[in-house]
Amino acid sequence: MKLSLGPLLYYWPRESVLDFYRQAASWPVDTVYLGETVCSRRRELKLSDWIAIGEALAGAGKEVVLSTYELIESDADLRTMHAVVANAAFRVEANDMAAVRALAGNVPFVAGPFLNVYNAATLSLLAELGAVRWVAPVELSREGIAAVVAEGPAGIETEVFAYGRLPLAVSARCFTARYNNLTKDHCEFRCIEHPDGLALDTQDGQHFLVLNGVQTQSAAVQNLAPEIGPARAAGVGMLRLSPQSTRMGEVVAVFREAADGALSVEETAARLAPLMPAAACDGYWHGKPGIVSEWGRAHERVPQAESHA
Amino acid sequence: MNAAVLPQPAARPMKLVCPAGTPPALKAAVDNGADDVYLGFKDETNARNFAGLNFDDRSLREGIDYAHRKGAQVLVALNTYPQPESWRKWQAAVNRAASLGVDAIIVADAGLLAYAAKAHPQLRLHLSVQGSATSHEAINFYHERFGIRRAVLPRVLSVEQAEKVIARTPVEIEVFGFGSLSIMVEGRCALSSYATGESPNTHGGCSPAKAIRWQQRPDALESRLGGVLIDRFGAEDHPGYPTLCRGRFVVNGDTYYPFEEPTSLNTLELLPRLQAMGVAAIKIEGRQRSPVYVETVTRVWREALDACFRDRERFRVKPAWQDALAGISEGHQCTLGAYHRPWK
Repeated sequence: MKLSLGPLLYYWPRESVLDFYRQAASWPVDTVYLGETVCSRRRELKLSDWIAIGEALAGAGKEVVLSTYELIESDADLRTMHAVVANAAFRVEANDMAAVRALAGNVPFVAGPFLNVYNAATLSLLAELGAVRWVAPVELSREGIAAVVAEGPAGIETEVFAYGRLPLAVSARCFTARYNNLTKDHCEFRCIEHPDGLALDTQDGQHFLVLNGVQTQSAAVQNLAPEIGPARAAGVGMLRLSPQSTRMGEVVAVFREAADGALSVEETAARLAPLMPAAACDGYWHGKPGIVSEWGRAHERVPQAESHA
Repeated sequence: MNAAVLPQPAARPMKLVCPAGTPPALKAAVDNGADDVYLGFKDETNARNFAGLNFDDRSLREGIDYAHRKGAQVLVALNTYPQPESWRKWQAAVNRAASLGVDAIIVADAGLLAYAAKAHPQLRLHLSVQGSATSHEAINFYHERFGIRRAVLPRVLSVEQAEKVIARTPVEIEVFGFGSLSIMVEGRCALSSYATGESPNTHGGCSPAKAIRWQQRPDALESRLGGVLIDRFGAEDHPGYPTLCRGRFVVNGDTYYPFEEPTSLNTLELLPRLQAMGVAAIKIEGRQRSPVYVETVTRVWREALDACFRDRERFRVKPAWQDALAGISEGHQCTLGAYHRPWK
């Protein structure tokens, strides 16, 4: 089972980004996705900076992939997408159909998680156009992924979002700006104040979502580390780990050990728990609401029965 | 708006595309001047898969006959994403629509478009708003691959951005004119399935009714979706349907609408601009709404489109139109949404 570091979804200061990827060079990941995918106003790093980071990582033996925007609105967004596609050094992850069109028939590419590949027909189409790997939409269950893999084209690699806060929605509106009573065009780049997103709770105190500019994420952290065996059986070849601001190297290390069979599922879950910025979830994988933690349900001690015993 | 800067008048009026959740709504749309009526089958192959809504083969056949007799067209929305275990159901829905003689199908999934283009080359294809094509390049991808004839723009772009899209694609562009406003990019929102297991992409519905619970507490009425508290209403509030993005939540101690207030999109005042820039069709949202809603909104928009086409420069939004629409709007407030850039 291969591991990838997904694209950085948050807006970190330049030095933090550079430092993060300097460390990542020594982490046991096979693939690193780079580039800005969420908001075109985030410009701490230019494309040339990302390519320089990529070269360092490639030098450390990583496969490097540059990811395109999840949402394209303006001509400037299109130009950036084309610049990413035209880069001579690295493979590209396409996150919308404009990027697919630019890549189709020219070079092999990765079909990103925002292309909405829910069935084998769509995957076959993308494979014909040159996709060599696809990232399942977060909503697709293990069963669904297995069915797409079984009916889909041979030889295409399957990647799933295995760790991190789930990117659930994208909007034209910036919710971080809105929180600050600012408009998107004059947002003062406030996302930079929230290295793991801005927490949103329900009125009765449930940690529910995280605002990340125009993107909305789950507050809970998807964790499929205990599901590596079933993932392998479903045909998954790569697990995507989504960057968080602290202890990411330790997260990667646990996944590597778990994938190598060096840890039991219980040990894996126990080692990861203190490394996560919030509670775990895995519902989508099990065909349930995404917020659910089937692992948590199955491994909870029965508190009432024990405490009242 | 300064009339002098408007380009030449359009050769054709914009088409009015109206929703029909039921046969009476279809009749109301056709009778009040809809050019196109869009509807769905009674299952998860469309994005308004609600109990009591939509069409079986017989009611669709009758609806098509009625519409065609009066010069209107019928578009069938097959605009959810076929799930792996039930691909054949979507395939069969395409075949059904084709054999019943619909005028076009509205599709989001690239695999399903590929199937429809191959199996029914004569069938007119529209790209659904759920296809999330937000640039001319994405739209042209679907045109080049599947020959789509029309695309519905996600409610994401400003008027200036939409104008640029139109200028650079041979595909007819349909935009939303009125109705419930989605704050997230259509086809790119899994908030509903995060809380309930069902989303527009997977099951054809956002915030499904079966996942909703209302509970009267001593101090407030609470609405929950999949167990998650969406809002609390006091005596002065108007409780709305607990759609996730219209809830009130807490960020750093502030309780507010972090996504949007409950408002409706209404672009009547933009009609001259939309016509001048070459918009082919205006879509009215609301297949889940009543025949009275469809009747009112179709009548008002027909009148407005005709007035705009007759004399774009002297077009003024009539207060009577706004009053009629305000009476049927969600939240009774209207907005230009993303068309108006500062809204973002």
